[in-house]
Amino acid sequence: MFGKKSPPITEAWRGITFTRRAIVVGGAQAALFGTLAARMAYISIIDNERYVLESESNRVNLTLIPPRRGWIVDRQGKALANNRVSLRVDIIPDRLHNKDLVLGQLKTLLRLDGDTMERIERDLKAASGFQPVAVAEDVTEQDYASVLVHLPELPGIAPQRGFARNYPTGAAVGHLIGYVGAPTAEEYEKVKDPLYITPGYKTGKDGLEKYFQDMLRGKPGAKRVEVTARGKVVRELSTQPDTQGKTVHLTIDADLQDYAARRLGPESGAAVVIDTLTGDILAFVSMPSFDPNSFSDGISNSEYSWLRADDHQPLINKATRGLYPPGSTLKPMAAIAAIEHGIDPSERHTCIGGYRLGNRFFRCLGTHGSLDMPHAIMKSCNSYFYWVADRLGYDAIAPTARLMGLGEEFQLAGSNQRFGTIPDSAWKMKKYGQPWSASDSLNAVIGQGYVSVNPLQLAVMASRIASGRRLYPRLVNRQFKNDPLPFSAEALGTARLGMDLVVNGPGGTAGRSRLPLDGITMAGKTGTAQVRGLNTGNGKGGTWKFRDHGLFIGFAPVGDPRYAISVIIEHGMGGSRAAAPVAKDILTFLYDREKAMEALDAFETGWGGTIKERMDRNYAAWKAGIAAPDPGLAQ
Amino acid sequence: MIPVPPAIQRIPWKLIALLGSIITFDLLVLYSAAGGNWSPWAWQQGVRFLVFLGIMLGISRMPLRIFEDFSYLGYLGVLLLLLAVELLGFVGGGSQRWLNLGFMNLQPSELMKVAIVLALARFYAQLPPGNTRTFTALWPALVAIGLPAALVMLQPDLGTALAISIGGVVVMFVAGLPFWWFGSAAGAGAAALPVLFSMLHDYQQKRILIFLDPESDPLGAGYHISQSKIAIGSGGIGGKGFLNGSQSHLDYLPEGHTDFIFATMAEEWGLIGGIGLLFAFFLLIRWGTRVALRARTRFGQLTAAGLTMTIFFYIAINLSMVMGLAPVVGIPLPLFSYGGSSMLTIMTCIGIILAVENDSKTGSRRFH
Repeated sequence: MFGKKSPPITEAWRGITFTRRAIVVGGAQAALFGTLAARMAYISIIDNERYVLESESNRVNLTLIPPRRGWIVDRQGKALANNRVSLRVDIIPDRLHNKDLVLGQLKTLLRLDGDTMERIERDLKAASGFQPVAVAEDVTEQDYASVLVHLPELPGIAPQRGFARNYPTGAAVGHLIGYVGAPTAEEYEKVKDPLYITPGYKTGKDGLEKYFQDMLRGKPGAKRVEVTARGKVVRELSTQPDTQGKTVHLTIDADLQDYAARRLGPESGAAVVIDTLTGDILAFVSMPSFDPNSFSDGISNSEYSWLRADDHQPLINKATRGLYPPGSTLKPMAAIAAIEHGIDPSERHTCIGGYRLGNRFFRCLGTHGSLDMPHAIMKSCNSYFYWVADRLGYDAIAPTARLMGLGEEFQLAGSNQRFGTIPDSAWKMKKYGQPWSASDSLNAVIGQGYVSVNPLQLAVMASRIASGRRLYPRLVNRQFKNDPLPFSAEALGTARLGMDLVVNGPGGTAGRSRLPLDGITMAGKTGTAQVRGLNTGNGKGGTWKFRDHGLFIGFAPVGDPRYAISVIIEHGMGGSRAAAPVAKDILTFLYDREKAMEALDAFETGWGGTIKERMDRNYAAWKAGIAAPDPGLAQ
Repeated sequence: MIPVPPAIQRIPWKLIALLGSIITFDLLVLYSAAGGNWSPWAWQQGVRFLVFLGIMLGISRMPLRIFEDFSYLGYLGVLLLLLAVELLGFVGGGSQRWLNLGFMNLQPSELMKVAIVLALARFYAQLPPGNTRTFTALWPALVAIGLPAALVMLQPDLGTALAISIGGVVVMFVAGLPFWWFGSAAGAGAAALPVLFSMLHDYQQKRILIFLDPESDPLGAGYHISQSKIAIGSGGIGGKGFLNGSQSHLDYLPEGHTDFIFATMAEEWGLIGGIGLLFAFFLLIRWGTRVALRARTRFGQLTAAGLTMTIFFYIAINLSMVMGLAPVVGIPLPLFSYGGSSMLTIMTCIGIILAVENDSKTGSRRFH
């Protein structure tokens, strides 16, 4: 009555309080049950889709199957690069739990050496998550089987049956085709394509493999497998096969390519054969070369060092990147320029063993007496051409040289060309700030001095002289206009006649290199290029590095030219001695394989076997030399 | 009609049917969790249930008086046991929660969940009604709860310490202590949360932080919760079907047969299975609450309410945890999670509640 007063606390009150509070507690409990039911409904109805996806991505592991690379075939469809079955073993770092034990097991099972183990450790450190690390590629059937048997004790190890790039003719196509290799980390960063970190996937690294990468690549397949939380594969769910890359058809004649490579033998050099009807490159050889098969398997450090240490430079494609003074091979071209500038080819000049220019005497290789133009080509008389150059100046000859493809960079698939120099007065002024002199003209006309060209350009020049058209070289079916050259028939005819005489005339410089065939003759021009800085000897002997280069350009058959060729033998001491016989055999092969093979077999017996046999032997000797250095040299 | 003998009538058939259906479901889930095998879990869990069912029925036949008389003694005994475990554990150099009884490992902290409820029930039953709102009603209870909770926290076992505290606090609440005491204690507790948090172990702190943001460490400490939600959520309404749960079978769900068994079940049985199990638990809790409301003695009322709360606490915390509503604490799901200790505690609780029910059927209502 007077303000609030607590009710008296009795047992009855306590009973009522208990009932009320027990109902409160029970109500709270029921409410919590309701909350839990609502939560569960929310997760399993509203969020269901999301969690179904997450549970699927837990359960299913998608592995890419690297696509088989497209083939590279020659003009007849014969494979220059194809694929072979390859067994490989990888590590998936995420699933590797007992690293030391597993690596130790692998070391014994696959007989891995210290270098390999070091590389695997290094790769494992650099790899992230699911990016697989290669343990061994191209393992044998037995080793592969032994890994399969031990697989349950080797968590994180993924053996795979895949494909590896195969080059049936090995080193013969090294520089032409290039090679493939595993993509680098930078390449992956650029494209972020998971395929790039799939073991067994290779990209083109050089040559045509690189140039046609997009075409050859193909589409990867995919394999869905069910895995446990620890990465154990429970079962395969589905597999989508890969799509092989497209085939690249080359103009190359595989047999000719192989023959030319073998015929170059132990020499350092290049040979290019062009079809003078179309510009098709039939052979494109630079030797010595590397075996691209070694690269596709992942080349070893020591093999790479061996290739780098070789003074014959097997890693450089001499056909496109070797620059040489062309020497006398430019004389037929100079003859064309001379006729176009009004010199009568029948006009005679007398060779007295050289040519006097002011107070300097420019030497000739002999004393040829009175010569007309074809015979000056035949005898390769310097004096005659000194006289021509002195009369016209090289500025009159250089445009013709360029029309012949010299100094030009061609649009050629997969090649990285150094295109050299055809000098003239403007060029010299720009480069050296000096005016052109008459002696520069004299040097240039015999392919010395500032002139430098690559073997591809020489072959193109030969094909253009032979066809009379501005022929462009091609490796794939690419359309060029190939217009006729703006030269008179007389000019071209004189050059061809001179070249014919070189091989088939009386006392031509390449007279010993006539084709051993009935009714088919070759025309050509030899060249001997002095090696710069020549102070030791006369270039005809002594230290290999200081000997003259031997060059040869030619075409056949003389009457109706079909094939043009250029051959360079580095330090071969002379075109007629070193290069012309090679060209002879290569062209012979096109007409009479048996005869050509006979000649080659004789040579290879002398050289000590095929390219591969010689390379293997050299490599083994080199490795042995590294392992046990000659104590006499170590001093 | 054949008269049913009283001995058979006295057996709580409805309750046994409820427990039996929960266990039957549990055995199916354990069978699936083992990849379609009765061993190692389902078979042993079934046998264990039968043994504990016998113990439960035995306890339920004992007069309620005995529990009341021995409640203090029992509490002291368990407290000593807890202390002994603690001391031996420290001597041993690590956290030791178990006493090896030969046939099973007993956790004294499990016994304490029951003992604290009995001791407080007796305390408030004896307390004169007039003292209910005085300090006399408060401090002995706080000491009685505080001692074992602190000991268990030292083990460290946050979940069990909470379970002991919540059982005791609910007895205090239904005993009629002033409402505002609980309100202000809750307020003070909330205010003291940062301090309490700092007292937790590093791994316990981490669990709570992870709970607040599970995506921050999906492969580490947040893995349990993420995978559990994936399992429940991917089950959908109807579930993936018996023996078809990929999360548990492919080991993505850790502890899929113990603390996270609800997720294992929900993946295969879906929302329907989950709601069914929740309903079964709800019936069990409703039965316990009804027993409390109908109890004949004040001791019986308080005991039944406190033990019911203890059972409910297990269910609520475990389910909140697996559904991502609470941090991961090691609390099993009653009757469902594989393991002996928690099942023994739950069956003992049910046995004592049954004893209260029997007591209220036999005598007349009285309060003292």
